[in-house]
Amino acid sequence: MLSFVLRRLLIAIPTIILISVFVFTLQKLLPGDPVLAMAGEERDPQVLEYLRNKYRLNDPIFIQYINWIGNAFVGDLGISLRTNQPVLELIMEKLPVTIQLAVIAILIALVIGIPTGILSAVKKGSAVDYCANAIALSGLSIPNFWLGIMLILLVSVRWQLLPASGYVPFFEDPLKSVSVMIMPAFVLGTALAATLMRHTRSAMLDVLKSDYVRTARAKGLKEQTVVLKHAFRNAATPIVTLTALLFGELIAGAVLTEQIFTIPGFGKLIVDAVFNRDYAVVQGVVLVTAVGFILMNLLADVAYVLLNPRLRSSS
Amino acid sequence: MTHISDDTCSEDAVLATRRENRVWKKFKSHRSAMIGGGLAAFFILIAVLAPILPVVEPTATDWFAVRKAPSLVHPFGTDEIGRDVLSRMVWGAQASLLAGVVSVAIAIGLGVPLGILAGYFSGWTDAIISRCTEALLAAPFLVLAIALAAFLGPSLTNAMIAIGISATPIFVRLTRGQVLSVKAEDYVESARAVGLPTHKILSRYILPNVLPPILVQATLSIATAIIAEASLSFLGLGQQAPAPSWGQMLNTAKNFLHQAPWMALWPGIAIFLVVLGFNLLGDGLRDALDPREK
Repeated sequence: MLSFVLRRLLIAIPTIILISVFVFTLQKLLPGDPVLAMAGEERDPQVLEYLRNKYRLNDPIFIQYINWIGNAFVGDLGISLRTNQPVLELIMEKLPVTIQLAVIAILIALVIGIPTGILSAVKKGSAVDYCANAIALSGLSIPNFWLGIMLILLVSVRWQLLPASGYVPFFEDPLKSVSVMIMPAFVLGTALAATLMRHTRSAMLDVLKSDYVRTARAKGLKEQTVVLKHAFRNAATPIVTLTALLFGELIAGAVLTEQIFTIPGFGKLIVDAVFNRDYAVVQGVVLVTAVGFILMNLLADVAYVLLNPRLRSSS
Repeated sequence: MTHISDDTCSEDAVLATRRENRVWKKFKSHRSAMIGGGLAAFFILIAVLAPILPVVEPTATDWFAVRKAPSLVHPFGTDEIGRDVLSRMVWGAQASLLAGVVSVAIAIGLGVPLGILAGYFSGWTDAIISRCTEALLAAPFLVLAIALAAFLGPSLTNAMIAIGISATPIFVRLTRGQVLSVKAEDYVESARAVGLPTHKILSRYILPNVLPPILVQATLSIATAIIAEASLSFLGLGQQAPAPSWGQMLNTAKNFLHQAPWMALWPGIAIFLVVLGFNLLGDGLRDALDPREK
């Protein structure tokens, strides 16, 4: 198992290097001289030369990349132009907020998506199946930022049931924290629930056709036992891995959700950095997201192997 | 040799026509696909006919009709500076669909040739293209599109380029996989054995056989691209004011939820319907083109 993880980690290295080259190139393709932006009103050639030497911008581009990736490797992703804080510090400050949002969203998605998927597969071709499919497809087609706006309009403005924006750390006031997060998490979880539902349905349909399910039924086991104990347990493997792979969708969804509900998380950090032309933060965020995504992929692979006894023995 | 190859060609043509008929028959019987096709066609028609439809100028302001609720004069109401929401919806359809189609065309234009090269030539070509594709796939689609749009600068054209580039890896991966299975087929082996040049094998035998799944993916990607364009415009990175786009209309509308809720209602419904249409169409096409589905 360890050798499998190490092998997967080795395969991930070229991907991380390539994404770092891509992120670095993005900044270099920018029109204009970054030193002029840093110097502000100051246009003294000596100051400009000092800044160029300080940030080693006179070095060949390859050396600049080596310096940048070397620094990134030890956690130095540069300094935010706007807040003057180290980029990594900013990311670490915002990440827990998004993780809390993501965890609640995933829970909502699992609670809605899996039972609906199972029900839809068991009742294939029935009205329940059609309804579940229609809801899932709608969930995938609704832009989550619009759903957020509509929920704010109804739940916060009209009915005044939940706050429309803000953030309270979980350990400060758990109840208030969840009440603030529940609406954005629902918005974020809808599309994920739809994806999970469709995958659960398809995995269950495959498993329900198999011989061991037919044998379980022939033995006279209760339908509930057949579905949950025999079929779902086997269908769960791809679903667990899919949940790990939904990380990318969660981060992308968080960008818009956090913007609408004014949550000071990782997603809002990206948007704020983009609008403030804080390119060091944009680079850092893309790099950290990509590395996180690669690690989640690795986790999904490991989970797949761990949950599948046949693969476990071969790995 | 020519005689044999002519026979094979005519046999191929008959088989292809039969297959097309079967696919079309299956597609026609797919009710949700037909609804999806209808929805997509409706919005395409609106976008194309926008210049001749009897709606007022989308940028024309009326300071005496600021934030007016839907009425006979303004069926969808007016916005914060008195512009007709219906007119902006009609013209906004152009931006959304244009973004959907152009960005997917960019993704196909870049992704399919790269996928064919990677799948057909294998070796180093495949290794380099595949690693680059994996690297791009490692960044979530919207995050990548936002980063690219930010670096390129906010405009509809740049948003389309950003979305197109972000969607490219999916087409590279899909095409590569298809080419790998098609190139092992007997007819490709035979074409190679009779000494047909590579470009002819690629254009005559490989490309037509990898197209169906690409068509399905393109339809589904248009839906994703429309949402992505709306998201970028919502964030201020897409279509710039005063030109209308649904995402940008929603961005403005969120500031007037209490006073003018209709401003947020219509663009959202439109995005939902057009995306649903393309999703249904894509699902239907996939089922129709899948030989295992009966």
